[in-house]
Amino acid sequence: MVDKKIKTLGDALRRNGVSRRGFLKFCTATASMMALPPAMVPALAASLDKARRPSVIWLSFQECTGCTESLTRSHSPTLENLIFDHISLDYHHTLQAASGHAAEAAREEAMRANEGNYLVVVDGAIPLGNPGYSTIAGFSNLQILEETAAGAAAVIAVGSCAAFGGLPKADPNPTGAVSVRDIVTDKPVVNVSGCPPIPVVITGVLAHFLTFGTLPELDEYGRPKAFFGTSIHDRCYRRPFYDKGLFANTFDDEGARKGWCLYKLGCKGPMTYNACATVKWNEGTSWPVESGHGCLGCSQPDFWDAGGFYNALSIPVGDISRTTSYAAAAGLGVAAVAAGINHKTKVAARKRHDRVTIDDLEKIS
Amino acid sequence: MNDSMDFLLWTRGTAFDVAIAIFIIGLIIRLFEIVSLGRERTLAEPKGSEFLPGVKTILTRTLPDGGTFKRQPLTVIAGYVFHVGLLITLLLFIPHIELFRETFGFGWPGLPNPIVDAAAVLGVVGLLAALWNRLTNPVMKMLSGGEDYLVWVLTFLPLLTGYLAYHRMINPYPLAMGLHLLSIELLLILFPFTKLMHTFTLFLARWYNGAMSGRRGVQS
Amino acid sequence: MTKATLERGLNAFREQVDAPVAAFFSSCVNCGMCAEACLFYTETGDPKYTPIHKLEPLRRVWEQDYTLVGKLKKLLGLARPVTDELLREWQELLYDSCTMCGRCSLVCPVGNDISYMVRKAREGMVASGNSPVDVQGAAQRAVTIGSPMGVRFKALSSQIKHIEANSGLKIPLDVAGADYMPLLSSMEIINFPEYIESLARIFRQAGISWTLCSDAFEATNTGIQIGSSDIARELVQRIVDGAERLKVKFVISPECGHAYTSIRWEGPDLIGRPFPFKVIHILELLDELRASGRIKTANLSSERMTFHDPCSIARKGGVIDSPRKLMEMVSSNFVEMQDHGKWNWCCGGGGGVSAIGDAEALRFKVFKRKKEQIEQTGASKLVTACANCRLVIEEGLEEYNVELPLEGLTELVAHHLVEDA
Repeated sequence: MVDKKIKTLGDALRRNGVSRRGFLKFCTATASMMALPPAMVPALAASLDKARRPSVIWLSFQECTGCTESLTRSHSPTLENLIFDHISLDYHHTLQAASGHAAEAAREEAMRANEGNYLVVVDGAIPLGNPGYSTIAGFSNLQILEETAAGAAAVIAVGSCAAFGGLPKADPNPTGAVSVRDIVTDKPVVNVSGCPPIPVVITGVLAHFLTFGTLPELDEYGRPKAFFGTSIHDRCYRRPFYDKGLFANTFDDEGARKGWCLYKLGCKGPMTYNACATVKWNEGTSWPVESGHGCLGCSQPDFWDAGGFYNALSIPVGDISRTTSYAAAAGLGVAAVAAGINHKTKVAARKRHDRVTIDDLEKIS
Repeated sequence: MNDSMDFLLWTRGTAFDVAIAIFIIGLIIRLFEIVSLGRERTLAEPKGSEFLPGVKTILTRTLPDGGTFKRQPLTVIAGYVFHVGLLITLLLFIPHIELFRETFGFGWPGLPNPIVDAAAVLGVVGLLAALWNRLTNPVMKMLSGGEDYLVWVLTFLPLLTGYLAYHRMINPYPLAMGLHLLSIELLLILFPFTKLMHTFTLFLARWYNGAMSGRRGVQS
Repeated sequence: MTKATLERGLNAFREQVDAPVAAFFSSCVNCGMCAEACLFYTETGDPKYTPIHKLEPLRRVWEQDYTLVGKLKKLLGLARPVTDELLREWQELLYDSCTMCGRCSLVCPVGNDISYMVRKAREGMVASGNSPVDVQGAAQRAVTIGSPMGVRFKALSSQIKHIEANSGLKIPLDVAGADYMPLLSSMEIINFPEYIESLARIFRQAGISWTLCSDAFEATNTGIQIGSSDIARELVQRIVDGAERLKVKFVISPECGHAYTSIRWEGPDLIGRPFPFKVIHILELLDELRASGRIKTANLSSERMTFHDPCSIARKGGVIDSPRKLMEMVSSNFVEMQDHGKWNWCCGGGGGVSAIGDAEALRFKVFKRKKEQIEQTGASKLVTACANCRLVIEEGLEEYNVELPLEGLTELVAHHLVEDA
C-alpha cells in the first residue's frame, strides 16, 4: 500500500521516479484522450500534481472479478496503475488484506471519515429477485449499495454488469439483476462499460475527477463521451475492407489471413461504442479485431442478448428459420380456410346464376 | 424501450419475428386466395401450347414495348431506375445476403459497398421521380389512391433509413439500424395486404396472360 | 318482364372472378401504362379512358368478396360499394370506349390481360341492366330474327340467287356431308355480297366440297359483344346444330373479328363440350390452299396496298402470318403499317362499339389514330379481313374526307385467282 506520508499525486509520482517530462507527456495524452483542449494540459498537470488521495470504496456484487483483473494486470509500472495505486483503496474484496468484520469496519470507517467526498466504484450487477442471491457479511448487495452510495461524491460503475446488468441480466435474468443506475438515482454515476472495460478509461475518469472535481461529459448511457463517442466500426483499421466488400467467411480462410473485415463472422463493431480500436489493450499491443476475432459488442447494454456472437449484425436475434417454418405452417392452415371460403363464394354465385335472356336486358326503371 | 439498444434489440428480435410471421402467413393466404378461384376450362382446340409462351411472357414483360417507352419515358425510366436500385440494394448488399443465408440456408456473392451505395441512391432518386410522376401525370394522378401513396412510403423508408444508417448519419448507430429494421418490418407487415403483392403475383399474371395468348397462337 | 337488378349484376361479377382476374388485380400498381396503348386515351387525352380504370366495378367485387382485407373493409364499412350509379357511370367506359382490342393486355408490365377482364365485366353489366340499349336491340334481333341486323334467310337466299345468276357459279346450300361450312356476317350479306361470290370462285378452283347452311349462316354473335354468355351460347348452339346436322368437317369463320372469337375460342366452352368439327378462319384456309398449291394468283397488282389487322383475328386470334402471305399473292407493293400484326391499332368500332349510336362521335375522334397509321404508309388501297372493321374504317375515312378504297382480302384473292374454267 501507499506510504501515508505522501500527500499528493505529484509526491507519489516523484517518489516512484517519474520525471516531470514523463508526467507532462501523460497529462498531454490524457487530455487528448479526453478531448480536452491543449491549453488545458498545464492546468491538468498542476491539478494532478496537487491532487490529494481520494478515498475509494470498491463494491463487488454479481461479477466475475474480470474487471479487477483487467485493471490490476496491466503491466507495471504504468502511470495508469500509479494513479490507481495513489488512490486510497479502502475497501476491495479481492485486494484488501482484511477480512470479515475488519473488512466491513474499514468500509464503515472510510465512509464516516470521508463523508460526502469518497468515490464508490462498483463492479457487478445487483440482484433484486431475492436478496439472498448475493450477500456480503449478511447484507444484500442492494442494502450495501444504497448505504455506501448515500455518502459518496460519485459512483463509478465499472464493467458492463454494473453499468447495464451484463451477464447476470442476460435473458432470462434469473436473479432479477439490475445496474447501478437503476438503484442510485440521486448521485452522479459514470458508466465505464465493457467486459472488461479498458483500464485507461477508469484512470481517465479518475484523472478528470482529481483535476476538476467533476465528472466528464457523458453519453446517453452515462459513459464518458471522450472514450465512448465513436463506434468500433468507425475507427476500425479493417474498415476499408468492409467498404470494398472484402470479408472473411471463416476464421481460417484467405480473407481471414489477409485481415479482411469480420462482419460476416459476427463482428458487432458497427453498433458498439468503445475506444478499443484506438487505445487497444495490453499497453497498445492489440485488440480483439486485430487479433482476428470480431467485436462482441461488450460495452453495449444487453450485448449478451443481441444474437449469436458469430452471426452477422444484420441477422435478427431470433431463430428466423424456425419462425418462418412455423409461420408457413400456420399460413397454410389459414390459407386453406381462406381458399375454401373463396371457393364457396364462387360456387354459391354460380348456383344463383339466373340465365340472362333477351327479355331481361333492360333495367327495371 | 427507453434507449437505442433496447430499440435495436426489439427491432432485431420480437418485432422482426412478428413481422416476418405476418408477412409469410399473409403471403400464403393471398396466393391461395387467388389460385383457389381457379381457371375456367378451355375446350377449344388450342393453336399453341400454354407453358412456353407463359414462361416467355414472364420474361418478356420485363422489357417495355417501344410504343409505351416513346409515349411515357418517365414512367418507364423511373420505374426501372427505382426497381433496379432497390433490387441491387436488397439482394446484393452483403449484410442483407447474410440475412437471407440465415433464413434459407444459402447465400450468394454480393457487391462492394460503394456500388450498392450508388444503387441505393438510384433507388431513392427513382422513387422520387416515380412519386413526382404519380403526382403530375394525369393518368396516374387519376388512378392513384391512398394505397398507392402508402406503398410508396413503405418502399421509400427502408431505402432512406438504410442509406442513413450505412452512412452513419443518424446517431447512435443502434437507433439508425433500429429505424431501418422498423421500416422494413412495417413493409413486411403491410406487404401481403397491399399492392406490394405484385412482386409475387406478377409472375402469376404474366403467366396467365402468356398462357392464354399462347393457346391462341399469339405470343403476348 | 325484365329481371335485371344490381344484385343479379353483382352475382354475375362474383361468378366471373377467377384466378387470372384475381392475379391481375393483385398485380396492378396503377402505373397507367395501359392508357398509352388505348386509342380512346391517346386520341382524347382523357384519363378516365385508362383501360384498368374501366374495370373498377369488377375490381371492387373482387376485393370485397375474394380478399381478406376487402372483406374486413366491407365489414367495417370502409369499402366503396358497387352501386347502380357506379354501373351506370361505367357503361360508357366498358362499352362506348372499349373495343376489347386487347392492346392494353399486350403492354401491361405486370402482365394483366385487361381485355379478358372487360369481357368478364360486361357479364355483370348485362345482368344488372347496364348494357347499351343499342346493343340490347342487336342482341334481341339476333336471337329472335337470327341476325343483329335483322337479316333473315330470305335475304341471303335472294343474294345467292342473284350471285348465281350473275356469275354462273353454284352456291351449295344444305348439302349434308360437305367438308366445309362457311359462316357469314350480316354485313357481308347486305353490304359485301362479293365475299360470297369470292368464296364460290375460290372453292370451285380449289375443288373444295362446301355448303352454306340455311339455319346456321350467321357468324356474328351479339352475345359476345354485349357480354352475355347465356345469349352467346344460344347463338353458338345454332351454328353447332347446323354443322352437326350437315355433318361437316370444318366450319369457316368469315372475315369478321368477333365471330372468330366466339366460334373459334369461346364456342366450345359456351356449349360445354368440344366441337365435333374444326373451326378455321377463312384466311387460314386460303393460306393452306395457297401453301398446298391448290390456288394460284396472277397479274399481281403494283398498287401500293396496306393491311389492317382486325384485332380479334390477329392479336387475339393468332391469324397474323396468313394474311401477309395472301397479300404477297395479290400485290407486289404491299406495305405494313407502322404498328401491325399483334401491335395493330384498332379501327375503333370493335367489341360492339360500332353498334352504339351514342358512341359515334367518340368513335370518329379516336379513328384519327388508324387514319394516321394508314396515311403514313402512303397506300392507295386498304385491305382488311373483317366486315365490321371495313365499315367502321369506311365511315371514319369519310368523316375525315379521305378518299381510299377498301377491299376484303378474300375478294382480292378471288380477283387475282387463276381459274381453269
